[in-house]
Amino acid sequence: MPSPKRIGKIEFGLLSPKEIREMSVRKIIWADTYDDDGFPYPQGLMDLNLGVIDPGLRCKTCDQKASECPGHFGHIELAKPVIHVGYTRLIRKLLRVSCRACGRILLSPNEVEKVVGTDDDQTGDQISEKDVKKERICPHCGEQQLKINFEKPTTFSEVLVDDGKKVEHKLTPADIRARLEKIPDSDLVSLGINPAVARPEWTILTVLPVPPVTMRPSIILENGQRSEDDLTHKLVDIIRINQRFKENQDAGAPQLIIEDLWELLQYHVTTYLDNEVAGCPPARHRSGRPLKTLSQRLKGKDGRFRGSLSGKRVNFSSRTVISPDPNISVTEVGVPRAVANEMTIPVRVTSYNIEELKQIARNGPIRPTVNAPCGANYVIRPDNRRLRLGADNLETVADMIEPGWTVERQLRDGDVVLFNRQPSLHRMSIMAHRVKVMEGRTFRLNPAVCPPYNADFDGDEMNMHVPQTEEARAEATILLSVHENILSPRFGGPIIGGIHDHISGIFMLTHGLRHFKKEEILYLLRFTTIEHLPPVTKEENGTEYWTNKQAFSYILPAELNMVFRASSCKNCDTCKKELCERDAYVRIFNGKLESGTIDKKAIGAFDGQIVNRIIRQYGMRRAAEFIDDLTKLSIRAIMLDGFSYGIDDADLSKTEFGQIEDVLNNAVLDVDRRIKIYEDGQLEPMPGRTVEETLEMQIMQVLGKARDQTGQIAGMHLGLGNSAVLMAESGARGSMLNLTQMAGCIGQQSVRGERIVRGYDGRTLPHFRKDDRGADAHGFIKHSYKGGLSPTEFFFHAIGGREGLVDTAVRTSQSGYLQRRMINALQDLKVAYDGTVRTTGGRIIQFQYGEDGTDPTKSAFGEPVDVKGIVESILKEEV
Amino acid sequence: MVPDHIITSEEEVKKLLSHYSITTEQLPKIFHDDPAVKAIGAEVDDVIRIVRISHTAGRAESYRLVTRRPKK
Repeated sequence: MPSPKRIGKIEFGLLSPKEIREMSVRKIIWADTYDDDGFPYPQGLMDLNLGVIDPGLRCKTCDQKASECPGHFGHIELAKPVIHVGYTRLIRKLLRVSCRACGRILLSPNEVEKVVGTDDDQTGDQISEKDVKKERICPHCGEQQLKINFEKPTTFSEVLVDDGKKVEHKLTPADIRARLEKIPDSDLVSLGINPAVARPEWTILTVLPVPPVTMRPSIILENGQRSEDDLTHKLVDIIRINQRFKENQDAGAPQLIIEDLWELLQYHVTTYLDNEVAGCPPARHRSGRPLKTLSQRLKGKDGRFRGSLSGKRVNFSSRTVISPDPNISVTEVGVPRAVANEMTIPVRVTSYNIEELKQIARNGPIRPTVNAPCGANYVIRPDNRRLRLGADNLETVADMIEPGWTVERQLRDGDVVLFNRQPSLHRMSIMAHRVKVMEGRTFRLNPAVCPPYNADFDGDEMNMHVPQTEEARAEATILLSVHENILSPRFGGPIIGGIHDHISGIFMLTHGLRHFKKEEILYLLRFTTIEHLPPVTKEENGTEYWTNKQAFSYILPAELNMVFRASSCKNCDTCKKELCERDAYVRIFNGKLESGTIDKKAIGAFDGQIVNRIIRQYGMRRAAEFIDDLTKLSIRAIMLDGFSYGIDDADLSKTEFGQIEDVLNNAVLDVDRRIKIYEDGQLEPMPGRTVEETLEMQIMQVLGKARDQTGQIAGMHLGLGNSAVLMAESGARGSMLNLTQMAGCIGQQSVRGERIVRGYDGRTLPHFRKDDRGADAHGFIKHSYKGGLSPTEFFFHAIGGREGLVDTAVRTSQSGYLQRRMINALQDLKVAYDGTVRTTGGRIIQFQYGEDGTDPTKSAFGEPVDVKGIVESILKEEV
Repeated sequence: MVPDHIITSEEEVKKLLSHYSITTEQLPKIFHDDPAVKAIGAEVDDVIRIVRISHTAGRAESYRLVTRRPKK
């Protein structure tokens, strides 16, 4: 299926002076813009032939009104030629490769062929400056060549050797133009220039195009004063200097003055084209702000290409801060009333909905409370006239509504909206949610959907878009809904699931065996529509008790069977299964949690084994419900016991501190011993390493081991009763290493994987002796964060910390650019119905999508069928 | 290391093109001076079948049209 239009070729060339004059509708000679009556001067910069911007006036060229006239170019005749800054490199190259007398390339035909190659040879290249030796003799006319110097931004000069002294002789733009004119067309082709569209002398301007007023409109300030565009300001400068130049020239002014004026004209034309040239002070506005001239309009992020052409802005969107609400569904989004009142959905009036829509129109634009029915802001008549609804016309307009009209109804609960957080790195960055109108000023979302958006609540903002057509809404619900995107196509597993406190909470709830009284179990399950509590497991002194596992089992689908090991599993040699003392052997039998602790492995985002199984067995919708129940249950579970961390939670007892000190002292002694061996020349280098490298590696190893030992000592003292240990065990947040650093010992600080070695001559800081190789002289921190660092330790810690900051900054910018390039390359590819991946032009990129034609979200970790999972769920035991 | 490159016969090419209902222009390209092309002695406008060992599919076939490397 070829595309209907195909671009044959694109030709890039230069504007010749002739073309500039031809396209010009008016020669501009006056620097003034408007006269005292506010009327444009004829032949001034705002000449009526160049197009009109004031309403009411008509263009003298095309006789159209301001809104229709596209604008027309004018031109300025320059008194003397000036260089176009954009082409200085090309000019330099041409001057250096061509003869100063005859204009031919400074290479013989044989030499040219060597570089360019014959017509049928494909390896040819264009002639560059490097191919021509400096100051050689022209092979065509025998002229001795001179060295051409180029000084930024626009100065060219020749170096003459006079009596052994070097004399620089400046080339005027007119000289350069004369030389470029002499280069014959036949020589240009081998230089990579097509003489039909780009003669080299056209890089030197003799006539300057004046852009239409429509691209440099003046604005009228509040005080009635006109403020001209930056381009107009710059053009005024050019015309003024040009005028003065001409007058001086005609009056026969001395050469010195002429040269000064010429340079000034060159400066103004240069900054008009590009105001950020190296070696050229930028032209400034009266206020001191640098002017935004032609090049600045195009360049960069906010330039014409990236800002205006590739970038698009949309209507029907809103943006505000996000905050969490575990009580709404993952498929919902809490929308502030102010936003819901402003954003609308057009509904066509039919005989079926006319009464409902009339009522909506009667409700008017102001919705007083969240629970009040939605109103409407506008109604549209069949002739496309909009009627704004206000307090005064509600009844009259509502009575006028007939089938065929359209009512722009406000958002209400259950509407489909798209929700997005930048950077939109993958398809889950935009998902469709159901609206839930809420009080407050923030968008509310269930914390379980944070991972796909990579959102947190430290001030993040998100965007919401309201689809306006039935098709858009259908597409949003079918393809973009949250429950359709629980599985990530990146690895085929669930990306939505419990995070942080969900995992801590569910871990605290399900770990070991606990018994709850009726009040407690009802508190935990209050969010559900529970009618009958599960059977009582224990009765004591007349009180009934239920187990924690029963509470969790309530949110599981019946008939779910699976066996797996939790994150806290230590991979023992022989698994004790149900009798595991860590309670890490999870077994779910007929929808009942028989044993094991629910943690990150079971319900976490990115892991979520139970979530994954529910999706495969019961579908996405059931999985979304499970996640909803889970977030509510876990938050109640964590609130039942309470969960906090304080400074004294990192406290250890005297015995532990003693042990830690022993470990560290032994490590330092060990390091000193190894240094002694090295200094005695007794150290055996490891294969492929120097003695110094071997020593460094040994020291790092010894100190690393010592730190881990302190961690073990601390971990032994702090059990699951410690919140940090619990979080590390359950996989909610942090690791044992973080705990080690808080309570035990921070350990070795490193820069680029090595101990810290930089600083003074032979030492890192003046606190140490020269050539001290010991642990503390190279950044080993034996204290803990709780215990506090010594001054030198603090300094080393700052060094190591800085590296981390720099790394993240560099990584994000690099990967961002990588992503941009990749998306530009891949953006319009699609999988065709025959399974091939094709471009819009029908060209094949892959013969089978991903070589195997498999959708990762529909396969079981690369396998088409999850055989083990199916067998396990049928046999109801581990295979 | 280098996957198998095989020159396909005219008949096979015809079958391939009709199977995907494409023209040779829409096939992926490979330059005539590519070492793999030189090694099997394929000419410009030949179609080459490449058989790769794939992580996901086990064996993956693809086709490329030999084209002349354009002038720089």
